[in-house]
Amino acid sequence: MAGHAHHDAHAHGHGGHGDAPAHGSRREYVIGFLLSVVLTAIPFALVMTNAFADSRITAGIVMLCAIVQIVVHMIYFLHMNTKSENGWTLMALIFTAILVVIVLSGSLWVMYHMNLNMMPQMSGEMSTM
Amino acid sequence: MGSSVQVPAGASERAFHLAEEHEHEAGSSTLLGFWLYLMSDCLIFAMLFASYGVYSGSTAGGPDAKELFDLPFVALNTAMLLFSSITYGFAMIAAEEGKKGATLRWLAITGVFGLCFLGIELYEFSHLIHEGAGPQRSAFLSSFFTLVGTHGLHVTFGIVWLVTLMVQVAKFGLGAANMRRLMCLSLFWHFLDVVWIGVFTFVYLLGVL
Repeated sequence: MAGHAHHDAHAHGHGGHGDAPAHGSRREYVIGFLLSVVLTAIPFALVMTNAFADSRITAGIVMLCAIVQIVVHMIYFLHMNTKSENGWTLMALIFTAILVVIVLSGSLWVMYHMNLNMMPQMSGEMSTM
Repeated sequence: MGSSVQVPAGASERAFHLAEEHEHEAGSSTLLGFWLYLMSDCLIFAMLFASYGVYSGSTAGGPDAKELFDLPFVALNTAMLLFSSITYGFAMIAAEEGKKGATLRWLAITGVFGLCFLGIELYEFSHLIHEGAGPQRSAFLSSFFTLVGTHGLHVTFGIVWLVTLMVQVAKFGLGAANMRRLMCLSLFWHFLDVVWIGVFTFVYLLGVL
């Protein structure tokens, strides 16, 4: 992407450089920003107004908004695509995402069950052993 | 065992590295390298999120997320960071168009939003500590301060970097080297915003819920 610097000279009329994928135009930033505002406002509004009686529905929508917003940021602000650096940035991102999922779900899962089975006050209720 | 080290005939021609590096454009691999750094940073945050997730219920009889967090405040903070993201984007566009003055102006605005974010966060921290909900109160608060504090430290260093780059651009203009640095800081700044999405969702919103 650094190599783009020297042929940016021809991109002066910013209206028509559809072939420069790495940088993004003013329009792209504004679209990303507006989407982010909506995707931030929805979860805050839902939680602050207690929109749903069942908090699990709210939690689900809030997390969904977060995931969508992360993707929006990746595309419109970080300009992720399948082509930059021969796809290595995307590969690194996918690899990291897999590790993050393993770390988060693994930690929460293991520690939840540790708490459940090994807390002294719980052993009375769960007298299985 | 001296004989085992003896080099067999003909082996001296074996090359374990290229005799001559072929030409690389200066800084052509910087952005990929910086991206890999960001991904490793992402893993640090994943660990901190995981420990927060594990400890979020361990309040040791102290205050929990519902009592402590003030959502309108967090919304304001989120807005600051989101505004700083788009103003940095405008700075990048101005830089690509070769407009030095506009670049510096947008960078300065980005820095001000970043400082607002930090100010609000520090106010929140001091408020919590005054209420007796400091990091030493419970495992929940320790992990909260570690996670949010680490993000705040990143923003702090981002602002230091931003000011440094403003001086660089003012002095040396928008050459290839400075464009590369601006691009790296752009990735860093937007990455911090992505991490903040995780923080306000999982720590604040789901905590208050």
